[in-house]
Amino acid sequence: MDALDVARWQFGVTTVYHFLFVPLTIGLGPLVATLQTLWHRTGNPRYLRLTHFYGKLFLINFAMGVVTGIVQEFQFGMNWSDYSRFVGDVFGAPLAMEALLAFFLESTFLGLWIFGWEKLPRRIHLATIWTAALGSVLSMFFILAANSWMQNPVGFKMNPETGRPQLTDIWAVLTNKVALITFPHTLAAAFLVAGALLVAVSLWHVTRRPDTDAGEHRFALKLGAWVTLVSSAALVFTGDIQGKIMTEVQPMKMAAAEALYQSEQPASFSVLTIGTLDGSREVFALKLPYLLSFLATGSPKGAVEGINDLQARYAAEYGPGSYSPIVPVTYWSFRVMITLGLLAAAIALLVLWSQRRGRTPSNRWLLRAGLILPLLPLGASTAGWIFTEMGRQPWIVFGELLTRNGVSRSVSLTEVLTSFLAFTLIYGILALIEGRLLFRYAKAGLPPPKPKPNEAEDDDVPALAGAY
Amino acid sequence: MDLPTFWFLAIAFLFIGYFVLEGFDFGVGVLMRTFGRDDAERRLLLNTIGPVWDGNEVWLITAAGGMFAAFPHWYASVFSGFYLPMLLVLLALIVRGVAFEFRGKRDDAAWRARWDWGILCGSLLPALLWGLIFANVVRGVPLAADHEYTGGLVDLLNPFALLGAATFAAVFVLHGAVFVALKTTGSVRARANALAARFGPVAVALLVGFLAWMLIGVRRDPAAVGLGIAAAVAAVGALGANRVRREGWAFAGTAAAIGLSVAALFAALHPAVLPSTGDPAGTLTVANAAASAYSLKIMTVVAGVFLPLVLLYQGWTYWVFRRRLSLTR
Repeated sequence: MDALDVARWQFGVTTVYHFLFVPLTIGLGPLVATLQTLWHRTGNPRYLRLTHFYGKLFLINFAMGVVTGIVQEFQFGMNWSDYSRFVGDVFGAPLAMEALLAFFLESTFLGLWIFGWEKLPRRIHLATIWTAALGSVLSMFFILAANSWMQNPVGFKMNPETGRPQLTDIWAVLTNKVALITFPHTLAAAFLVAGALLVAVSLWHVTRRPDTDAGEHRFALKLGAWVTLVSSAALVFTGDIQGKIMTEVQPMKMAAAEALYQSEQPASFSVLTIGTLDGSREVFALKLPYLLSFLATGSPKGAVEGINDLQARYAAEYGPGSYSPIVPVTYWSFRVMITLGLLAAAIALLVLWSQRRGRTPSNRWLLRAGLILPLLPLGASTAGWIFTEMGRQPWIVFGELLTRNGVSRSVSLTEVLTSFLAFTLIYGILALIEGRLLFRYAKAGLPPPKPKPNEAEDDDVPALAGAY
Repeated sequence: MDLPTFWFLAIAFLFIGYFVLEGFDFGVGVLMRTFGRDDAERRLLLNTIGPVWDGNEVWLITAAGGMFAAFPHWYASVFSGFYLPMLLVLLALIVRGVAFEFRGKRDDAAWRARWDWGILCGSLLPALLWGLIFANVVRGVPLAADHEYTGGLVDLLNPFALLGAATFAAVFVLHGAVFVALKTTGSVRARANALAARFGPVAVALLVGFLAWMLIGVRRDPAAVGLGIAAAVAAVGALGANRVRREGWAFAGTAAAIGLSVAALFAALHPAVLPSTGDPAGTLTVANAAASAYSLKIMTVVAGVFLPLVLLYQGWTYWVFRRRLSLTR
């Protein structure tokens, strides 16, 4: 174990952890804003109560997303300073734009929303939550543009003096085809998580507390199930395009996703292969003919390059070395992502069906599945990130910089180990606290129909609806 | 003015904004447990910064992002060189941010007391550490010719940097006390005012001592001296305004003192951005740390459009929440 290994583990752990909170922030924000808009339009207090209820869950989660996000920004400089020196000219711009365009909007307007219930005119107050939600979505775009540049570097030239990339076209970086398809895919994943949360919470209330606010929770249940279904469809659709782009710009990642060692034409999709995965021995394999060709190229007869051919090609281009990722990791994370995502869609569909025309879902297995539903898309997005980041290895910037050359040279193993352990510890503790708080508030149900009036007449009083 | 110099000023501006704004919410965070006598008072203190602290913290995120984009080497050397202080800053900011949000989520005295400790440490620690880090930046750190940090933790714990740490923390606490006096009514306002009067001279003495050491002992630069003197005058003026209970002026005074001090620090630093006390070739300057002209041009356009907008809507937030808060028990 050396500093490089620990730095990689830390990046993986802190990023996956950060992304447990991000989808809920990004997906739930617009849903809360939608509920508030419904209240604004109809004046029906049911929507206001739902806004407060899901707004609270949103805020408990939001705090975690923010604080774990700062870690990500600092981490590039702390653990990956050679990477930062190498890519700063290109990669820094979207990061700075994210802060300037998105984070300021998100944090400032969220503050206005939380504390502004009785200070701002209704329409303006409604606009604050939409603006904050827009900030979150924008931040996702910029960080994905930065990440996509690592997958498919564009819009730069190599500076012969420094040997580092130099930005030549910011528009090319922001409209990187990988970014343009990853953005809707990730956005849909965020809505999948948020929709699943609505399903789980309202299903619990509908079945366990059928006498309390049944109408409100049934509405949330339907909304959540539809959001889950529509996002799953969007995920399949965008994921399909993403696969074709990936085959084009990172063929090794596609080959590794399939553990396809020999090039095939037409190529079959491995549903499940039990074997050594290094391609030497297959114990059991279930394959769908033509499917991989179709997924990768759009044509059932298309040729798909295998790991061995790609390895030979890259070795000729970049010099001796191994250019394939850890195949079992990519193979299985790819499958876990797809399976969990489809499973979530199936459960949402069953839940929706089981409550048709005023019925109450009663199947025990379905209820259990519905309650753990949010874990499935969270698992799927985790697997998706592991797949796409591990699938890029050994590169940190595909074709330009190897991960092992990006690490901070001045940081010792002790330092990075201290940091890794400290984050793991504090993240573990906070996960427990956050989980219990979410449960507590989710179970507590909707706030009383009429929000408590101010205790004093004077509006100097801090008894604001959202105050701490 | 060339683009790298413009961006040096822009980064200085972002850090000035960060310390002026987050300075008072760090101060209020430190005071919450120590000055707030009971839960009602603590909640009152918390609500004075509630709507704005997160927006204030984004100034740091933007400053760091701006460093990354405009001066990749500066960003890389500072964040990897000040490894353990940065780690502690992160851990503190994590605990603090979560504590603000979670504190009121359970009606349980022990729960709240724990988070109050989190807010205290999470506010005091970064205040100290930023002082330590920025004092070391202006003083210089051992760098190799390739700009990599070659020192250890001990190199960062020199007397000048420790004074910097104490100064930042003390001035932020004063800034926070003045802010509380400005934003509350009744007994809390009077006590905050009295606290600022008692503690103020200590903070201002530290500030004057730190500035004098920096401007005479560390780097001599006429512009920086002018800014440093102005900062000291503003700090003394703040104490005077606080004494006659002109809270708005007192807050303007502490804000100006912080802003001018940070400006003096950056002026003293220029044209270096991270001087090397090791290999002289390791010194990072505005010129050798900067990103390419195209990259800086793009960033200039983006900042030129969006930074004024940010100032506008953040200013509006402060306007919306301009009323004083009073206790409800």
